[in-house]
Amino acid sequence: MKELWEILKRIGFILISVLIGLWLWRIFTAYSDIPSFIFPAPDEVWLKFLSVIRDGSLFYHTMVTLQEVLWGLFLGLGAAILIGYFLAKSRLIERVLSPYIVASQSIPIVAIAPLLVIWLGPGIFSKILTSALIVFFPVLVNTIVGLRSVPRELYDLMKSLQASPWQRIIKLEIPAAMPVFLGGLRIGATLAVIGAVVGEFVGADKGLGFLVNVGRGLYDTSLVFVSVFTLVFLALGLYGSVVFLESRVLSWQKKNNGH
Amino acid sequence: MNSANNQQPLLEVKKLGVTFTDEKGSLQAINEFSFSVEREQFICVVGPSASGKSTLIRVLAGLLPPTTGEVYLHGTFLSQPRQGVGIVFQKANLMPWRTVLRNITLPLEIMHIPEAEAQTRARDLIDLVGLVGFEDWLPHDLSGGMLQRVAIARSLVQDPELLLLDEPFGALDALTREKMGTELLRIWRARKKTVLMITHDISEAVFLADRVLAISPQPGNIRLDLTINLPRPRREEDRFTTEFVKFTQQLRKAIE
Repeated sequence: MKELWEILKRIGFILISVLIGLWLWRIFTAYSDIPSFIFPAPDEVWLKFLSVIRDGSLFYHTMVTLQEVLWGLFLGLGAAILIGYFLAKSRLIERVLSPYIVASQSIPIVAIAPLLVIWLGPGIFSKILTSALIVFFPVLVNTIVGLRSVPRELYDLMKSLQASPWQRIIKLEIPAAMPVFLGGLRIGATLAVIGAVVGEFVGADKGLGFLVNVGRGLYDTSLVFVSVFTLVFLALGLYGSVVFLESRVLSWQKKNNGH
Repeated sequence: MNSANNQQPLLEVKKLGVTFTDEKGSLQAINEFSFSVEREQFICVVGPSASGKSTLIRVLAGLLPPTTGEVYLHGTFLSQPRQGVGIVFQKANLMPWRTVLRNITLPLEIMHIPEAEAQTRARDLIDLVGLVGFEDWLPHDLSGGMLQRVAIARSLVQDPELLLLDEPFGALDALTREKMGTELLRIWRARKKTVLMITHDISEAVFLADRVLAISPQPGNIRLDLTINLPRPRREEDRFTTEFVKFTQQLRKAIE
């Protein structure tokens, strides 16, 4: 009961802060003479929002981007976990692969995105790949750090209990590495959206990034605003899902904070 | 159990030596340990730090292969971890994401024992170590002494013949430590296990053990194999008797 009240209070604060923001925005546009194709008023953005909802285009482009983001997240996570596991386990593999991994991180994703579009075409795959690439690194690092943080004594315990390698992974390594891993996933989830949008910017005929580009070209600034806000909600939704997952999976940690 | 088997010592250590080698050179941790342990005996190994005590436990647990010599458990050569040996480490070494009950059932889960049976056995031990009511608590919320009780219960859940304790009370404060010693004797009496315990506390060793092995450091050598024939059950007051003090002095001299 008390917890519910806390949640309501927090939502209330967020609502108030958003309303104040909107109000300031409205005042600013009303009393300045910046034309609306440069900086639209909130009601114009709202009308645009209603119109793209009505003709179904917002939903269509959102689903395209969401699809790219989820596939990118899935592939990036898969690769990062798999490679991270072997890197954490073997110094040799780490030494061989780490120059490539670090080098790949020093290249901005914006610089490789055009290459990916050239190689994979303007379709959805190049966006999935940019998204996966940007997700890969933080999750990889956190997977490695998480696995290396498993205490040696617990490995000894599992060994003395004659646990099979599979039991060691399931009962020790996964739960022990989970807190750090989920920290990486939290960063990765928001980056996945950025990755997909970067891909769409370079060359696409659908998706929210494409919609931003269209709006810019037409000086339809309201459309740009609507697309950007939708992207923000997408990223927040993903971030929130990971936080929710954390609170479920890591409930054993929560009690610790009370002390 | 047949009688022929019973005459054999449970644990036999023959000319055991461990040398660690790395790029910087080699370090002899243990030098020719030979001893045997009878069934249901309580043995303590005392020595200062760096005398190879923990190394000995790791070899006996099958976690570390010896450089020279052999270890026999039940007359069979020991080369890797095996069932029938329970270990309690210096730190309680519990999984923080598992409750008390699920930490204790872990060894049984690994052996694929049905959950219902595992829980019954774990609950029996929770009762034995005095943690009834804490089954669903997480390790974070327990005190150091309680954590070691859970660790002891976990080491007993497979019903091992040999229990290896590696300075289990080293991290506890003096009062809790004495109390846990008395508790350990009670548990040992109830379950009749063979116990080999490492400690650096001479008084604790004399209080608990039937026999104390004193080790000198660098490389570890057995200096004295002392039988403690103080009557059982032992009480806290026994620590102040002249016999008790005599034993501790003998051991102290052997180590120095």
